Amino acid sequence: MAIPKVCGIETEYGVTLRGAADPNPVLASSMLINGYVEHHKVGWDFEDESPGRDARGFAREGAMPPEIETHLVNTVLTNGARYYVDHAHPEYSTPECSDALELVCADKAGERILARSMYASRRLTESGQEIVVYKNNSDGKGNSYGTHENYLVDRAVPFSLLVRNLLPWFVSRQVFTGAGKVGSENGAAAVDYQISQRADFFEEEVGLETTLKRPIVNTRDEPHADPQAYRRLHVIAGDANLCEVATFLKVGTTAIVLAMIEDGFIEKDLSIIGPVNAMRTVSHDPSCRATVELLDGGRITAVELQWEFLRLAQKYADETGLDACGGDEVGGMVMTRWESALADLERDPMLLDGQLDWVTKLALLQAYIGRDELDWSDPKLSLLDLQYHDVRPDRSLYEKLVRAGKVERLVDEADVLNAITVAPATTRAWFRGGCLARWPDAVVAANWDSLILDVGSDPLRRIPMMEPLRGTKAHVQPLFDSVGTPAELVERLQG
Amino acid sequence: MPERERKQKPAPEKRVEETAEVAAPAKQGEELKEELDDLLDEIDSVLESNAEEFVKSYVQKGGQ
Repeated sequence: MAIPKVCGIETEYGVTLRGAADPNPVLASSMLINGYVEHHKVGWDFEDESPGRDARGFAREGAMPPEIETHLVNTVLTNGARYYVDHAHPEYSTPECSDALELVCADKAGERILARSMYASRRLTESGQEIVVYKNNSDGKGNSYGTHENYLVDRAVPFSLLVRNLLPWFVSRQVFTGAGKVGSENGAAAVDYQISQRADFFEEEVGLETTLKRPIVNTRDEPHADPQAYRRLHVIAGDANLCEVATFLKVGTTAIVLAMIEDGFIEKDLSIIGPVNAMRTVSHDPSCRATVELLDGGRITAVELQWEFLRLAQKYADETGLDACGGDEVGGMVMTRWESALADLERDPMLLDGQLDWVTKLALLQAYIGRDELDWSDPKLSLLDLQYHDVRPDRSLYEKLVRAGKVERLVDEADVLNAITVAPATTRAWFRGGCLARWPDAVVAANWDSLILDVGSDPLRRIPMMEPLRGTKAHVQPLFDSVGTPAELVERLQG
Repeated sequence: MPERERKQKPAPEKRVEETAEVAAPAKQGEELKEELDDLLDEIDSVLESNAEEFVKSYVQKGGQ
């Protein structure tokens, strides 16, 4: 029986320091995150004083200069997320979620946090400078940065079985996970527009790397949970999505495929010949008609490959159920959406304008091409491509389309705003976030699988959290409600 | 689950004649075009100036 597909998304955001002669991305990332964290701390005192919001507290009394702080920026938020500087980018890792819809909400909350961070960091930047972030995966000049998904997988599943099934899965799912890109990079053949931001950057089938010679299936083995029982599948072959439907499909369908692999349900070998080239072949064809070669013989389109997976999933849902992947409600919604997306992709991909990023962006570009008689080499199209992903609400073209009613949403904005500070109730993130919200000064360190509390007397107490589904609201809320201090909490946990 | 219900439905006994989809009562082509033009105008007003320079200056190193 497949184990529950606890999941999360890590996003490295593109970052620029506008107005700086020689912008340092590490410094900009640090200021961005410090701005948010400091603002949040100060915010408690000023929450109800809305007049004069901009003028208050912008001088940072007693704060260390940002250069020193760059080494320190690694924070955990009350919503259970990790927000930190990774390499030269600000990175937001959502808290652990138990289904695709919860994760859509947590991922969207991350965008709101980055937007608030840009606003808050204005008091740290020099006059005339502004930090701007983009939720995309490429600078268009051969540099890529990742959006990684993580799924809880049973340790007992042989990794080779995962690899065999996931190679054709990652190649074919691009037709709905792609965020769209003008042109190609990294030595790939020239193309006007392609489905994925990332496809040009995969050079190996399987491997440990994430920054060079990127593999389609990443072998990082760092479970952040009981290593005897679990593996954390670290997926690096995906795009940063803004469209909620795209994120929902990406996570929801991948969770179902992983559950099927765990339950030994995929007997048919769907392996394709040359998956690295196939990534590009699929991405480079927005008509979705290009074919790849199956190991068993014959050629097949990415959409046809997806139908193969979907048919298996329908049988799986009927015979086994979708308990491990969001249950009948969310899992059922994934199945319905998946089927209708494939039907539309087959008929005319442009039917998915407003649901998938690569189609929504393409429709916008085509509208500009039509109105301004642009040619695909016009830099204006590259600008539109980039600015689609701008995270500032007043500059983001994606947000413009949302506000014009052109993009479908799956979650309520009220739930997204709540997820900025409140952790998902269905995983251990609830415990982590709850401790941080209650006793921010007593939490000395927090990690995915442990929490260190200062209970006021030696020694510091470490609370292990090796089970991602323990520490949920149902488990720990009565405990939280009945203790007043971290010391009492630790006492009750031991007792 | 909707999928299951759909499968259980018996095939219609009578031949079903395909008809053209009912035209949405809503917007005419002209109105849609106007709406799109307005949206593009609005986007024009927030687009970064000097596209070529702007795109050129966006460089991101050190990513995963």
